Amino acid sequence: MNLKSLIRHETFLALLLVVVLIVLSFQSDRFLTVDNLLNQGRLMTEIGLIAIAMTFVIATGGIDLSVGSILGLTAILTGVFWQNVGLPLPVAATAAIAVGTFAGFVNGVIITRFRVPPLIATLATLALYRGLAEGISQARSVRGYPEWFYVLGQQDVLGVPTQLWILFLAAVVASVILAYTTWGRTVYAVGSNEVASRFSGLSVEKTKLALYTASGFAAAIAAVIFVSRVSTTRSDMGTGIELDAITAVVLGGTSIFGGRGTVVGTIIGLCLIQALKNGLSLAGIKGDGTIMLIGAVLILAILASNLFERSGTRT
Amino acid sequence: MTTTVEATARSRSVPARPGFFKRLFAEYGQEVVVLAAIVVLFAVVTMVNPRFISANNLTTIFSGNAYIAVAAIGMAMVIVTGNIDVSVGALIGVLATISGSLAVAGYPIWFAWLAPVLVGMAVNAVIGVLVAYARIPSIVVTLGALSILRGGLISVTGGTWITDLPPDYLIAQKQILGLPVPLVFMVVLTLLAAFWMRYTAFGRSLYAIGGNAEAALATGIPIARRTVAVFVIHGAFAGLATILFATQLQVIQSTVPPNLELTVITAAVIGGVSILGGSGTVIGSTLATILFATIGSALIFVNVSAYWLRAVIGLLILATVLADMLRRRGRG
Repeated sequence: MNLKSLIRHETFLALLLVVVLIVLSFQSDRFLTVDNLLNQGRLMTEIGLIAIAMTFVIATGGIDLSVGSILGLTAILTGVFWQNVGLPLPVAATAAIAVGTFAGFVNGVIITRFRVPPLIATLATLALYRGLAEGISQARSVRGYPEWFYVLGQQDVLGVPTQLWILFLAAVVASVILAYTTWGRTVYAVGSNEVASRFSGLSVEKTKLALYTASGFAAAIAAVIFVSRVSTTRSDMGTGIELDAITAVVLGGTSIFGGRGTVVGTIIGLCLIQALKNGLSLAGIKGDGTIMLIGAVLILAILASNLFERSGTRT
Repeated sequence: MTTTVEATARSRSVPARPGFFKRLFAEYGQEVVVLAAIVVLFAVVTMVNPRFISANNLTTIFSGNAYIAVAAIGMAMVIVTGNIDVSVGALIGVLATISGSLAVAGYPIWFAWLAPVLVGMAVNAVIGVLVAYARIPSIVVTLGALSILRGGLISVTGGTWITDLPPDYLIAQKQILGLPVPLVFMVVLTLLAAFWMRYTAFGRSLYAIGGNAEAALATGIPIARRTVAVFVIHGAFAGLATILFATQLQVIQSTVPPNLELTVITAAVIGGVSILGGSGTVIGSTLATILFATIGSALIFVNVSAYWLRAVIGLLILATVLADMLRRRGRG
């Protein structure tokens, strides 16, 4: 039944996406063009990478609110390591990514060793990491990156935006891991019943530690892509991105209580949000109206999915 | 039934009744820790810079943050029932705009104050129904509500500020018996809510719902109705917080401080409300709000760069949380 309801939610969502694409293409000639769609893919990569990792985290019944702050911290450190410390840019970016990953690891340690609920732990580190980013940057931004660095965020490989390849690769690898490996099954097991998983000899703590570290890593990679896309670093980068990512994940059918969810669902949810954002702005509706609509879509999609699921269980 | 259980528990504890402080600490551990932190902080910073406890600075600390404490009261109740609300910051922004617009448009002042409370209750009634009857997790509903309210606010106001507020409207700048109104609001509302949660059947039922929903249902507590009610009460507190927030300056900006909802949630949690539901008090949430405000002000007085403010607050939050978890583990 679980698998059935899962397919039902994703099918429903995919149909919704198709309807939205059709409606929006009638609204504007510029919407359903290859150029525009690829460009939209560019814009959703950062949220996408974070949302893929978040899918795993939420599937275990956890949550990571600190990803936006980790993104900001990594972005600032990339700039500072390169411009102020004087490291070569590849080394600087790698070092910054290492710090971002470590920040995720710290989340994992607080959650698994000290048994702090994930919501509280990452709420605290949300403030801490953003604070570190602000303190280190002192409100100065870093600009003037070398031309080759923009390959990552502004240019194409084989006609497709570079970062879209990264997102695609990450999505494929992540869905295979979650759906077909023992470790992926462990994620669902932990999310459905943590106590039972522990009694079955699954390494619950290690799994969670790895996931929060991976979430930090995803945010750090997203940070470097972000910097390359907008050609500058600021300490407020990625503010609120955690809510966007969580919206995509939940819209994609991952249960906020854990035990259920797929990467494919998350990607469809992500495309739906991005299509709405772009399509409506092309149709002349301002960004704020779009934000409202996304909120309504989130509530209605979960509501509809709940209703379907309930009628499905009863029959 | 409850009385017999309590009676046996009491008679059993009579032979070796622990001392007053031990009992106080066992029941209000987190509140005591937060209060101690405030006292220590005041003592240390005042030694470094005596101007810290000047009346002027105290007013800034208490009055400027009272609205956060008032919002945290409602949040604490919601979290005690095992739910959460991430939309309260956006809601306060919307309510402030409504209230200010009414005041400027010439409606009676009392109506401009009453409107945010009523609208807050109405909005949260919808959220409560979606949580309790449509069974959508509260974090999902309020995440959606956050987008709707935030988007709605910007598209309606277009980012313009509300100016020319009538002087009578600015209640947060007035005084009652020589005390700033926000301070009075904060203290009175906190005490009322604390008594209500501790000594009324309705208040106690919130802990039962958060502690063990199935057991609460079995004892006949109408969980769905109580959940809606708690969201409505939370909406009323958001409305009251709005009155303090909207009237503290001569203008109302169309934005609220970023991450206001997270500040409110953090205040409730650091004050000792368990995020898993079932425990915590609003005295704790108010004390935690004062602690944050004190830290913020203290850093300025000991000349720490404002850019490091958030990092220090984050570190302190983390330390408090870890200390609390270690304390609980030591007891359990």
